[in-house]
Amino acid sequence: MLAVAAGLSVAQACAMSLLVFTGASQFAVVGVLGAGGAVAAALAPALLLAARNALYGLALVPVLRGRLPVRAAQAQLIIDESTAMARAQDDPELARRAFLATGLSVFVCWNVGTLAGAALGGALGDPRSLGLDAMFPAAFLALLAPQLGRPGARTAAIWGAAIALALVPVARIGVPVLAAVVGVLPATVELRRRARRAAP
Amino acid sequence: MTWGALIGLGLAAYALKAVGPLLAGHRPVRPGAAQVLELVAPALLAGLIMVQTFGGDHRIVLDARAPALGVAALLVWRRAPFLVVVLCAAATAALLRSLG
Repeated sequence: MLAVAAGLSVAQACAMSLLVFTGASQFAVVGVLGAGGAVAAALAPALLLAARNALYGLALVPVLRGRLPVRAAQAQLIIDESTAMARAQDDPELARRAFLATGLSVFVCWNVGTLAGAALGGALGDPRSLGLDAMFPAAFLALLAPQLGRPGARTAAIWGAAIALALVPVARIGVPVLAAVVGVLPATVELRRRARRAAP
Repeated sequence: MTWGALIGLGLAAYALKAVGPLLAGHRPVRPGAAQVLELVAPALLAGLIMVQTFGGDHRIVLDARAPALGVAALLVWRRAPFLVVVLCAAATAALLRSLG
């Protein structure tokens, strides 16, 4: 629905959910495009957000066994939710089942939802009067909240928010979001300090 | 958005996911590096929230999106489901705009 409001066709919105299948990245692309950003400015933060799936993939290596085609197909289901469910299980076989069940059900719901939303979005009127633009920050907040428990995540988020906000008046669309990555640096410093204090 | 860019993004997103399961058996990531990489998403998401809420044409704007974010924050804190959070935020902004 949001994708269509940002100028994607219904087919493109559905293709993105099928091919990209990483919520935060998809919202990032559509959010920056909708704000009038260039395609390159929209893709960069999306790719950075997708990079954490590589970490998930590496963490799931003991769980995702099987022949090459099976592993290749399973890889597409690597997202926040399926990784979290798999990590919650101690037994590798149970973890694999949890991963597949979560990944597949989210995949189906996500794509059906995209099709419905995109079809509906085309029929709706002015996206602003419907409050569709307010959906983006709400969606990002819902995605961010569960991650704030990780060490250093709060510091990274606060700095990322401050940097992005400070750059809005001066930088081109898309740049403030990208610059928010710099928020990782103070968070890393904090982690180092904590580790040093913990060491005897 | 062109189809080329879309398919490129899809391939890149898949390649990132597939690194682990397809090149399995390699040495694991150093825990320190993994910890730092996991901070990228919170930093970016927080930046996106700010830009999408207060971003205007080269200036900071305070409009119906801000109270909508407040409603979303309250719902996230109360552990409401994703769709409820997003739809209530949209409804808040829509309502405020129809009033003012």
